[in-house]
Amino acid sequence: MELKLPIYLDNNATTPMDPRVLEAMLPYFVEKFGNAASRNHSFGWVAEEAVDYAREQVAKLINADPKEIIFTSGATEGDNLGIKGVFEMYASKGNHIITATTEHKAVLDTCKHIEKMGGQVTYLDVNAEGLIDLQELENAITDKTILIAIMYGNNEIGVIQPVREISAIARKHGVLFFTDGTQAVGKIPVDVQADGIDLMAFSGHKMYGPKGVGALYVRRKNPRVKVTAQMDGGGHERGMRSGTMNVPAIVGLGKACEICMNEMEAEAKRLSAMRDRLENGLMQLEEAYVNGSREHRLPHVTNISFKYVEGEGLMMGFNKNIALSSGSACTSASLEPSYVLKALGLGDDLAHSSLRFGLGRFTTDEQIDYTINAITETVLKLREMSPLWEMYKEGIDLNTIEWAHH
Amino acid sequence: MAYSEKVIDHYSNPKNVGTLDKSKTNVGTGLVGAPECGDVMRLQIEVDEATGLIADAKFKTFGCGSAIASSSLATEWLKGKTVDQALAIDNMDIVEELNLPPVKIHCSVLAEDAIKAAISDYRVKNGMPALELEGAKH
Repeated sequence: MELKLPIYLDNNATTPMDPRVLEAMLPYFVEKFGNAASRNHSFGWVAEEAVDYAREQVAKLINADPKEIIFTSGATEGDNLGIKGVFEMYASKGNHIITATTEHKAVLDTCKHIEKMGGQVTYLDVNAEGLIDLQELENAITDKTILIAIMYGNNEIGVIQPVREISAIARKHGVLFFTDGTQAVGKIPVDVQADGIDLMAFSGHKMYGPKGVGALYVRRKNPRVKVTAQMDGGGHERGMRSGTMNVPAIVGLGKACEICMNEMEAEAKRLSAMRDRLENGLMQLEEAYVNGSREHRLPHVTNISFKYVEGEGLMMGFNKNIALSSGSACTSASLEPSYVLKALGLGDDLAHSSLRFGLGRFTTDEQIDYTINAITETVLKLREMSPLWEMYKEGIDLNTIEWAHH
Repeated sequence: MAYSEKVIDHYSNPKNVGTLDKSKTNVGTGLVGAPECGDVMRLQIEVDEATGLIADAKFKTFGCGSAIASSSLATEWLKGKTVDQALAIDNMDIVEELNLPPVKIHCSVLAEDAIKAAISDYRVKNGMPALELEGAKH
């Protein structure tokens, strides 16, 4: 195949929409524009039918019942509704939530909010691989604990938490288990029954569907879970999420789920082979380190630190042709490097030197070859320019230098 | 964030990358920043003792494109100046020349600090008192 530029390797941020998804959505903008809540005419029936069908497509992908799917605007809303909704609904049972330091901000900031509302939150540390300690999790449970919120797959390092073991602990103690499935659903088999998940948020645009739509899975049996609505209104989605259904986006989410259902297995195989080739190619460089577990990891993700070069400076060497993310502070407004990488115990210097690669459905072998070459070349060039690399090569221990911290 | 053309040019074709012999008394070395902060600059000047002019300047920088560009530009400006003229280089001159956005102003501050640190080192080596370095203001 011919090399296609620019190369998009930031699929953890968002994925391009699959053209088949767009095709499914198109009739629902102009022609079939009805409000799914209009019960008394054909425009409404057509829209409702489309939403029902999408609900089945979504449910099937995660082995849920369609009635357990609440459509949302995306995973951020799902995280908020799932966690705050449980906190309010189960207030009489307790006020303690357990989560982890490497969660997405949509979970962490929601937990911070809950603390302000009088809740108690335990933030579990992770080990150098990015995994939580199950014993620590169990020890953190008190008689006030109502919810464990641990993500399925991490957005920065792709590390997959031991979901089944977590849910078993939750069950044993009568605690609900919420997981942010944004990066995992549609990429690896996620089965809410086998995995013992009580609530799960995910999003359309991470699985080749449209932006602005997602779903919250809420278990209806064993146990029956309910969440308090966070928006007041017409009582849509069994009263848990009011607001007129975004029919075209929901149709798109459904189609995206159906495609993932059919193609996920082959796609994961193809992408993990490409990811491994990319990783092995880049690990030929000296002083390159893979961040997080390589064993328990999403098939399309790798995160690598190239010591002694800074991430944003590195990306500038090829960002005309390759789109990536870095854990470097310079890429964020906060000037703080990635809190996820720091949670693994990486020094700030390695966190600043990291690149995150997220391969996707449309990544080609030619693009991987190009990426290996371009990044290798830029790392070598910047190391020639790096005073830290020179010191390292001279055998100077950088920790012995008194740096002027600013 | 889009980079200015001048930043891209300095990044793609950096001027004066390298190392001067720091054991020489007419070479001053400044090392500023910290790896944990994501930028470290080493800037060196070599003063021609006969003329008092900066005959050569070299840098190595660990940092983003704006940090690399700021130090590359600084070395260009240093050459041919007297030490006193070099002291007058202000970080805002660098900001203006490279069109740095507000979030990158610290890169220019670091370059100014590196110039001052190199000059201070040169002064100390030649029996003059060290400069009072402001540093740590960013």
